[in-house]
Amino acid sequence: MAKGGVAAERRRPHSHLREATVGYAFILPALVGIVALYLFPLIKTAYLSFTKTGVFGDSTFIGGANYANLVTDPTFGTALRSSAIYTVIVLLAIPISIVIAALIAQVRHGATLYRIAYFLPVVTLPVAVGMVWRFIYNGDFGLLNALLSLIGIDGKAWVADPTVAIFAVSAVGIWTSLGTAIIILGAGLQGIPQDLYEAASLDGAGPLRQFRSITLPLLTPSIFFVSVLSVIGSLQMFDLIYVMIGRNNPALSQSQTIVYLFYQKAFVEGNRGYGAAIAIALLLIIMALTAIQFRLQKRWVFYG
Amino acid sequence: MKTQRRTARLLAVSTRAATMTASLAACSGGPSTSTSNTGSEQVTLTYGVWSQEETMQKVADAFEKANPDIKINLQVNPWTEFWTKLQVGAQGGTAPDAFWMLADHFQIYADGGQLLPLDDAIKDANIDMSVYPEALVNLFNYSGKQFGLPKDFDTVGLWYNKAMFDKAGIAYPTTDWTWDDVKSASAKLTDQTAGVYGIAAPLNRQEGFYNTIPQAGGEVITKDGKSGYSDPKTQAGLQYWVDFIKDGNSPTLQQMADTEAVAMFENEQVAMYYGGSFYAKRFYDNEALRAKVDVTELPAGAKKATVINGIQNVGYAQSAHPNELKKFLIYLGSEEAAKIQAATGAVIPAYTGTQKAWVDSMPDFNLQSFMDSTAFSVPYPVSKNTAVWNEYEMTELTKAWQLEESVADAANALSTQMDKALTEEKR
Repeated sequence: MAKGGVAAERRRPHSHLREATVGYAFILPALVGIVALYLFPLIKTAYLSFTKTGVFGDSTFIGGANYANLVTDPTFGTALRSSAIYTVIVLLAIPISIVIAALIAQVRHGATLYRIAYFLPVVTLPVAVGMVWRFIYNGDFGLLNALLSLIGIDGKAWVADPTVAIFAVSAVGIWTSLGTAIIILGAGLQGIPQDLYEAASLDGAGPLRQFRSITLPLLTPSIFFVSVLSVIGSLQMFDLIYVMIGRNNPALSQSQTIVYLFYQKAFVEGNRGYGAAIAIALLLIIMALTAIQFRLQKRWVFYG
Repeated sequence: MKTQRRTARLLAVSTRAATMTASLAACSGGPSTSTSNTGSEQVTLTYGVWSQEETMQKVADAFEKANPDIKINLQVNPWTEFWTKLQVGAQGGTAPDAFWMLADHFQIYADGGQLLPLDDAIKDANIDMSVYPEALVNLFNYSGKQFGLPKDFDTVGLWYNKAMFDKAGIAYPTTDWTWDDVKSASAKLTDQTAGVYGIAAPLNRQEGFYNTIPQAGGEVITKDGKSGYSDPKTQAGLQYWVDFIKDGNSPTLQQMADTEAVAMFENEQVAMYYGGSFYAKRFYDNEALRAKVDVTELPAGAKKATVINGIQNVGYAQSAHPNELKKFLIYLGSEEAAKIQAATGAVIPAYTGTQKAWVDSMPDFNLQSFMDSTAFSVPYPVSKNTAVWNEYEMTELTKAWQLEESVADAANALSTQMDKALTEEKR
């Protein structure tokens, strides 16, 4: 130990430089990856958003015209609305997950089974999930309407009716996001020291009071983490719309999300510049909402 | 805790938001070279298709047998991904050497210099272009150059369920039928309480209003490149469909979004269906349906018409082996390749004289009607960037099909938007 220290002392004049070089050499592979796969595309996309770029990359600089069009484009407004509805509704998965996670924590045997059951939608191919729900929602032959008819309700064409389609898709969004939330919140629950509950019950606190005064406050960091992820994920939703609504559906124009619009403009219509502007607008929206969440967390997140 | 939070933030914001944009910028790479080596004896060509895998493999095998130094690598990408992948591949230099092309996508590729001109190859091989339907050849000619050889074509016919006609006591449709005959028959065939409809009136281009618009004497796109949707005749071709929904003789657009119209025809919920020749094999392979259905020419409006469309084989301009590629493309347009495809019944080959094998491949159906229909066929309407106004067609006409707006209002709004898009694409 002492010997090593002496040796290190002697090498000092060079060691800073050498350590730095070695350090940079170590992060180089990761750095190259980040620059090539994230930074460069990001800058390139930002640049594209100021150009008129066709299908095969032929681009001319047109300044802020794409953004000017975006602001006045009614389809972008509708897409924002659909994405907002979806995002808000999917946030409901958090309170549901807290309850389920708390219930699973009470289960003595087979808790893993429940966790797997709730986590399955997360590891299932979104396309498969979308297809199955599409069948369930079918207006004429769907399982949902078959069940509703038992209690005398004549159900709608859930994913073809423009007035309800985005809500029907959002319900599936909740279902698919429960798994991750339950795992994270469940881990948060396990991190709460058991003696707090023991002390509380000695003081005469009932289960509800314990939940409100111990579980919930100590769970807030996990809740915050899940809500940040949920908002970002929801704003980027594409696959459920693509699979459950699809083209040739009268509900599409009312239900398409921002990313679906991005896909439509950039890849179907071949207007890459406009697509890039949509992508950058979405990036800014996500950054703003995430920043607001981080600002607001000071008021309600409890870091014991 | 602080570092943890910062990591979370970095992860959350940068990774997720950037991955989305990455997909966009990933398609801006330069041209790459083909993996195969020009110096070696064997050359490998890739051939991108979206279906008919078995049939196309047979064609490729036959070509390989005659040309042992060229290997064909069939790449099948399903329809939903085909065009996105092709666009990205064409820009990145990784598109297949030979691939299928459709008229509505063609001009943007030809204009972008992505396709190999075939004029010299056609001349060298002494190909007589009159062996293909003229409308198809013209669809793939851009600024005086020929970029594709027609592979197959499809016209549209009136498919009908004989059993349902018998039950309603109505005579089967004939080549003399007009729009009025379809209207009165559809009313008699409809039994809403049983969930049975006389006809399906989906919002379809190729199998729907692109046929009835020329039948009414209208146009989707005029000769001087303007929208035809403000023309009352064009609007009459749309009204024809909307009336079926309005009168309750067709399922609603919402029902047809949940269950495809063609599936409703197969389930015998719908007695008449305007369907392409490409459905013949699907209906024929359905044992329960085969004996019950047949097909005839589309009924006449002001005149008879069917839209004609088809797949063409084109070559990628940046292919590393243009000479071998031309050889392969010429083969794909040959009589031999056409015969292989006709025998399987998958498609109607475009090469004149080879279609009989297709007609005979399903003797229970009157497939000759699709051949006879070429006499009054009109080319599939396209412009340079067809996808843009195709989207407007869907959003605007949906309002008419949903009975929220009159056909005139929807079509006039569409006409304005489409004209704007057509001006835009010329810049």
